Amino acid sequence: MEIRWYIFLSLALFCIGIIGALTRRNSIIVFMCIELMLNSVNLLLVAFSKMHLASLNAFAGTMATSAQIFVFFIMIVAAAEVSIGLAIIVLLYRNTRSIDINFLNRLKN
Amino acid sequence: MDAIQLIYLVPLLPLIGCLINGLGRNALSKSLTGVIGSGVVFISFCISVLFFLAASKEGFVTQNIHYFDFIHVDKLLIPFEFQIDQLTSLFLLIITGVGFIIHVYSIGYMKEETQSGFGRYFSYLNLFVFSMLILVMGGNYVIMYIGWEGVGLCSYLLIGFWFKDQANNDAGKKAFIVNRIGDVGFLLAVFWMISSFGTTSYHELYNSQNGIISSFTDVNSPVIVGITLLLFLGAIGKSAQIPLYTWLPDAMAGPTPVSALIHAATMVTAGVYMIARSNILYSLAPATLAVVAGIGLATAIFAAVIALRQNDIKKVLAYSTVSQLGYMFLGLGVGAYSASVFHVMTHAFFKALLFLGAGSVIHAMGGEQDMTKMGGLGKKMKITYVTFFIACLAIAGIPPFSGFFSKDEILSATYAQSPVLYILGLAGALLTAFYMFRLLGMTFKGKFRGTPEQEHHIHESPASMTVPLVILAILAAVGGFIGLPEVLVKNANKFGDFLAPVFAHSQKILATHEVPHQTDLILIIVSAILVIIVSIWAYRKYANYTPSTSPENAFAKLVKNKFYVDEIYYSLFVKPWRSLGAFLNNVFDRKGIDGIVNGVGRTVNYGSRQLRLLQSGQVGSYLLLMVIGLLALFIIQLFTK
Repeated sequence: MEIRWYIFLSLALFCIGIIGALTRRNSIIVFMCIELMLNSVNLLLVAFSKMHLASLNAFAGTMATSAQIFVFFIMIVAAAEVSIGLAIIVLLYRNTRSIDINFLNRLKN
Repeated sequence: MDAIQLIYLVPLLPLIGCLINGLGRNALSKSLTGVIGSGVVFISFCISVLFFLAASKEGFVTQNIHYFDFIHVDKLLIPFEFQIDQLTSLFLLIITGVGFIIHVYSIGYMKEETQSGFGRYFSYLNLFVFSMLILVMGGNYVIMYIGWEGVGLCSYLLIGFWFKDQANNDAGKKAFIVNRIGDVGFLLAVFWMISSFGTTSYHELYNSQNGIISSFTDVNSPVIVGITLLLFLGAIGKSAQIPLYTWLPDAMAGPTPVSALIHAATMVTAGVYMIARSNILYSLAPATLAVVAGIGLATAIFAAVIALRQNDIKKVLAYSTVSQLGYMFLGLGVGAYSASVFHVMTHAFFKALLFLGAGSVIHAMGGEQDMTKMGGLGKKMKITYVTFFIACLAIAGIPPFSGFFSKDEILSATYAQSPVLYILGLAGALLTAFYMFRLLGMTFKGKFRGTPEQEHHIHESPASMTVPLVILAILAAVGGFIGLPEVLVKNANKFGDFLAPVFAHSQKILATHEVPHQTDLILIIVSAILVIIVSIWAYRKYANYTPSTSPENAFAKLVKNKFYVDEIYYSLFVKPWRSLGAFLNNVFDRKGIDGIVNGVGRTVNYGSRQLRLLQSGQVGSYLLLMVIGLLALFIIQLFTK
């Protein structure tokens, strides 16, 4: 399949992720959207790696393998970030009995 | 001991005296201040005498002493140097000698000042002597300019000495500003000189072997005429000629010894000194000399006419000074350089004497300066009267007093140039005799016209004031004998012979013709007789003066109001300048520049207020801003390579 379909899909997922992260009030949903963004980038990386492997020259080959390794890095970062983020949400809930993200506006004062 | 080694002490000592008296004015007692102030000038006088004796010996060469490089920029070198020759030594004697006498007189005159005021006065006076000495001893035009400016400054400080009175401050400002107008001319001439000749040192310009100017031969070349005219502009300002003389009568607001020293004997003669020093330059530009003579003559007569109708004793003397300076410039203009310098010397004697005598009179009258309220003072103030009388005889030009010889030498040289100039000069001399004897008659003869309290207060001045008067009177009486004219006694013009080396080159260029002896003798006798007749007439007329009740005619009123020159200057120059200043202040400065500066502040304030709104504390907007930033970076990266 042509690469552009994968690009469109990834772009769509990324935009949905951004809009969700900015708009939603529920902090868990915001987290899900962040995960969505990260995974859309993963998708893109894997798609490009497959595309490069199809061209059958040495430089493209290394490029492809490094893309696939990079995917793993992103996944690791996502995992770490989720653990910390969920910990913060638990603390937020314990202090304010709610997970509305707008409560953090109190940082202003 | 060689006097030339000590010559640096001559200006240095008054400077030290100035600093001691100035900084210690609250600490030193009045008598100590007076002793220090007068003492340093006296020591300078002694060194000047030593030097004069050395200078009058045979085979004396001009001394050039180089101290250090004052300005050294690329090819322009202006060293701090002194040049001492016969002309300088003469002026040194006048400045330190008459200066010393006036310092001693001031001790008595300023007795009623506070201790700090007394110290301030002597400090300024010493500073003035220092500046004047730098002026005459300087070896190039820039050092002369330093002294030139210094004397202008001291004139301002001393005229406005009693600064609590606003009128004195205005007079001081006027003196300084009008002087400054002339100084622009001087400075422009110095710049032109540097650009044309590359140097301003006298010894490089004027020395007889390879001087730049000495080897010049074209007469009336534009560069020389331009430079000399601009230098003369400086002299017009400093020496109070038309049109920049208006500061001198106003300068009478200062203490009388100041008027005697600065505005009679020394500062106003700086212009004459400058032209005498540049005599070779001027001799190469006869066009300028004609201008000098013309302005000098016009000033001499104009000021004499105004003096005829003044009632303030010091104002008469002020206009008299302006008039006599006109004579000096007339003498310079016809090429009689040594005659003019001779007149400088005799003028210093009798004018200082006149001013000091007037000071004595004012002191006795308790501050009154109006002659219509004086009269009959001769009976109670014998010494002042006699010395004043001698001074009047000298200034009128009655033989054998000093003024006769000096004025006569100038008038003879004028006759050699053109008889018309001579007649006008003679008319001025007669006017001089008239107003001086009018002054004498109104002040010292007749009945007293003042109030009874003033009459009780009249007394002869203390010794510290009368002894200087006597010394100056002796000088005014016999000072003329060193310059006897050829026609009366052969080879007796010691003064002219002394200064001859300084003016030798000029005399060659100018080729002044001598007046035949017969004519000279007739001129001398005629002028002497006329002057004596006019003096007696004026004396008789004003000896029993009563204020006239008849209305003055229009011309008398015009003269009394000094031909309204001050008022004309005010409406022509001062008012437009002031309104320009007000305009620039209100519109340009307050609204324009302040607006810009304050506006910058206001803009920064506004901008920061708006910027602060970004920090709302809302997490959502922070996230939005992050995304927007990311997008912006992405776009920039895409479109710039």
